[in-house]
This record gives sequence, structure tokens and C-alpha cells, in this order.
Amino acid sequence: MSKPSIQELERIASQVRRDIVRMVHAVNSGHPGGSLGCTDFFVALYFSQMNRKEGFDMDGLNEDIFFLSNGHISPVFYSVLARAGYFEVAELSTFRKLDSRLQGHPATEEGLPGIRIASGSLGQGLSVANGAAQAKKLNGEDNLVYILMGDGELEEGQVWEAAMYAAHHKIDNLIATVDFNGQQIDGPTEEVMSLGDLRGKWEAFGWEVMESNGNDMAEINAGIEKAKSLAGNGKPVMNLMKTEMGFGVDFMVGTHKWHGVAPNVEQLADALGQLEETLGDY
Amino acid sequence: MTKFTYTEKQDTRSGFGAGLAELGRTNPNVVALCADLVGSLKMQEFIKENPERFFQVGIAEANMMGIAAGLTIGGKVPFTGTFANFSTGRVYDQIRQSIAYSEKNVKICASHAGLTLGEDGATHQILEDVGMMKMLPNMTVINPCDYNQTKAATIAIAEHHGPVYLRFGRPKMPIFTPADQKFEIGKALKLIEGTDVTIFATGHLVWEAIEAEAALAEQGISAEVINIHTIKPLDVEAILESAAKTGCVVTAEEHQMNGGLGDSVAQTLALNNPTPLEMVAVNDQFGESGTPAQLMKKYGIDAENIIKAVHRVMKRK
Repeated sequence: MSKPSIQELERIASQVRRDIVRMVHAVNSGHPGGSLGCTDFFVALYFSQMNRKEGFDMDGLNEDIFFLSNGHISPVFYSVLARAGYFEVAELSTFRKLDSRLQGHPATEEGLPGIRIASGSLGQGLSVANGAAQAKKLNGEDNLVYILMGDGELEEGQVWEAAMYAAHHKIDNLIATVDFNGQQIDGPTEEVMSLGDLRGKWEAFGWEVMESNGNDMAEINAGIEKAKSLAGNGKPVMNLMKTEMGFGVDFMVGTHKWHGVAPNVEQLADALGQLEETLGDY
Repeated sequence: MTKFTYTEKQDTRSGFGAGLAELGRTNPNVVALCADLVGSLKMQEFIKENPERFFQVGIAEANMMGIAAGLTIGGKVPFTGTFANFSTGRVYDQIRQSIAYSEKNVKICASHAGLTLGEDGATHQILEDVGMMKMLPNMTVINPCDYNQTKAATIAIAEHHGPVYLRFGRPKMPIFTPADQKFEIGKALKLIEGTDVTIFATGHLVWEAIEAEAALAEQGISAEVINIHTIKPLDVEAILESAAKTGCVVTAEEHQMNGGLGDSVAQTLALNNPTPLEMVAVNDQFGESGTPAQLMKKYGIDAENIIKAVHRVMKRK
């Protein structure tokens, strides 16, 4: 299967952003800001960069697998999984509703294809990714494990336990990405809890560190390709990906205010007017 | 019925180590993790024979639980090893989200549980772990009574798909169950038949219950002793059957009264067949430094206290 062009990926991303704002509007809850900011990354990963098998099985043998640690950006995860064929796009309309497989935060209990771990309580995903990457090594696979974390999430101590472990055990089939948008619920990270020199911190923990732009489809793809080229060299790879929260909807961009707030009817219409319907709304 | 005697004492943690070593030889998917307590958990034999299947995590228990969850994705059966305190309270949210809610096939193996940890004192003597673990949906909770049973339980949980909390301890205790036993999760074991009172015991208190039964027999009291090695799922049928027969019940465990085996038995009886019940357990206190025997006496969880509880409960029939 040939890889989609940058233009095709951008068209998918536009539809995913429509899905996100429609999903959170429908239940007047959920997290649009981080979801919109990471849309381009998810689309690049699932439609171009990951080596995926058809269908879904929990073990994910002989394919690249992805974990979402900051589970609150579930809208983008669900939309991309559905658009990538893991389940019917129509199911997006059940998001956050009773008896849905699309829980507020991702969960495995309802058996939603594409989800391998529950996340929402922050700071746990990198540990899980460590284990999954080591299982791949034990199984003799050369596939990669991807994980996305929020930047505010790095305030959790467990992340640094996992960082130390990955370097010590030379888990070099692991590509971690930080959604570096500089925002968290209570405000800018620099005000809530400054992250300091993130590159220096990860380098000091023994990681191969790179930076990339997370809101330009061509640059994201180049970034992930660079991360892949850095894998397999005895060190885990950290991709510090600069994004803007709310990217793609002008009144949501660059502020923590849309972290966990849904647009009202007028705001939804405004947002949808900025996002072309390319693949058909669910 | 057999009279229970012993010729040898051994720690239950060594039973875990022996079981894990056997699994290393028989099940290629079994992997082990440890948070800097390899010697205390008796994991050396497994590590020596399967170095590529062992992961030293360092003093980072939260990370260990997440790694274990991740290792199941790819078909591994991870056994984590650290003290019971650091296997539960310290990592409750990691177990809750990444293991129990995510239905991961992780075996949480917890040593040095309870007061019998001894001299290290209350910081390490966790008495709330069973309660925390049994509250989690999807979690199985097992507390075997001696070396042989701990070894058998370790081997059995590898065949069970789903998260398990396996609790054992530090002190050398009598070995009185058979070396060749097959461990059946959730199946209570009637050790001594009796008619006047039932003693449901778990873990180290099973031996205390056996000693109590002998003393009670001399007083003309016929006590039934049942080993509840699996606290969840509880063998409800065995509990109701014995309680109906004897008409009064004592529970015995090395745990807080809140949240322990006594709690589970009381709930079962209250919902199905209210029966007089006394609990031998620690009563809302932290422990302290001392020898295991001193602590069991001071905190009221030895044979003598079981006997007293039997006398109390029989008056309530």
C-alpha cells in the first residue's frame, strides 16, 4: 500500500478535527484543546508512519503499536482509530454516552479495537510502553512501540522512573513523543510547574532527544521519520513535539481555556466553518 | 481426619521462589520483575536460570507495575516481586488503572506481609493490603498458609488468566500441607472436621488455628478448621455449609479487621445466613517492632486469641 501524500493526510486531519469538535459538543464534555493540537501527529502516525497489521489483536505481534498516556485526548484517538478502520465511524456518536465502548478516557474493558491499555490517570503510559517494547524484544520482533505523553504529565514522578529504566535497559525500539504545548488545566506550564530544560533533562536521563514541529503535516512526518532513524541505536528516543493547543480552530488556539470545555452551538458552527468536511461526517 | 504435624519450618517467600523457579523451567512466557529485593523475594534461582526473562526495575514500584502491564501485551506472564507494602498501597492507582481495569495478566507477588515482618516495624508491616486488593474488580486475592502451599499457588496462578495478588511472608513457619498438592484457586480446604464452631483462617493464621483446635479438643470443643487461601473469589458455598453446620464462626488472619477475610466472611453470612461471628485480626492499629511471636500475641492474632474468640462466639449461639 502506497503512503498517502501530505495533502491527503491534511484532508484526513481536517475531518478528524471536525469529528473532535462534534463529539465533545454532542455530550458537552471532553477535551478538545489537546485533541486538536495532536491531530496532525495521530494522522501522520496511523495513516503514514506506523507499520500496522490489518485488524486488531491485543498482543500486537509483528506490528508497530501505540499507547496514549494522556488519555483525556481520547477524542482524537477515537476519531483516528475509526477513520483508520479499527471500528465503524458511526460509533463516534456514542462517545461518553452510557453503554458506549468510547469511554471518557480510553479503556479496554468494553473491547474497543485499537486500545491496549486504560489511561487517564497520568504518568503511567511510559512504563507500559517500556514493558511492551521489552516484550517485542523477547519475541524477537523488530517493530516499534510509540507512546504519546502530555507535557504537563511530565510532572508525574513515575514518568522519570520509566525514563531511567528505559535508558538503563537500552530500550531502543521505543519512540516517546511529548505533546509540548506549554499548557495544562490550571494555566501555562511555566506558571503551574515549570518544566525547565526538557531536552537537557531527557538527555541527562540517557535518551536520544530530538525536537519537531507538531502542527505541520510535512514536518511531522519528517520528524517521525527522523525518530525512526534514531531508533535501534541502544537508546530510547524522545521526540519533543511543539504543538499549539486547539490548533485548527482559531478561537481555541494557544490557550488552556479549551483544555476540557466543549463548544456551544454557535462555537461549533464557527469551528466547523473553519474545517473542511473531507471524508463525510459520522 | 489427619492430625497436622510438621518436621520442618520454612518461610512462605521461599515457597514462592521455588514455584517461580519451576515456572521458569516449564513456562517460557513467564517473566519476572523485581524492585531491588531479589534476595528477600527468593528470586535468585529463576534469575540464574533465565537471566533474559528477568527485569531489575530498581526502587521504582510504580514503574514496575506499568512495565508488567506492558509485558502482557505480547503474551508474557509477568510476576512482580517486592514487599506487600510496596506491592499495594504504594502503587494502588497503577494497579487499578494499568492492571485491574485494563484486565492485564499480571501476578503481583507480595512478600513480608503483615506483622510477622517483625523488627522492621509498622512502616513495612502492611495490614491493609488484602482489603485494597479485594476491592478491585477483576482482581484475585490469594494468601497461602505454608511453604508447600505457596509454591503450589505460585505455579497455579500462572495458568489463571487475569490479575492476581499473591500474599506471603517472611518468617519460617511450620510446613504442614503436602508437597505434591494441586492448588485450586477459590477452593476452600477443610483441614479438620468439627461440629461446635468453624474457624476460617488464612495465611500464617492457619497454623495458629490448627494449634487452637488441639487445645479446644482437650476442652471438649469440636472445632472445624477451614483454610481460606483464596480470599477473592471467596468459596461462599464452603463457608455457608460449615457455618450452617456448626452455628458459629471465628475468622483468623494477619490483617486489619477492616477489609480482611473476616469482612468477607461476615458479608457472606449476613447476606445469606446470619451467624454469630468473632474476628481475630488487628483492630484498627499500626504494628511496631518486635519478634513475630511477640507481635502476634500483643496484637491478638495467635492461637490463644483464637481460643478466646471461640469461647466468646459459642456463648452467642
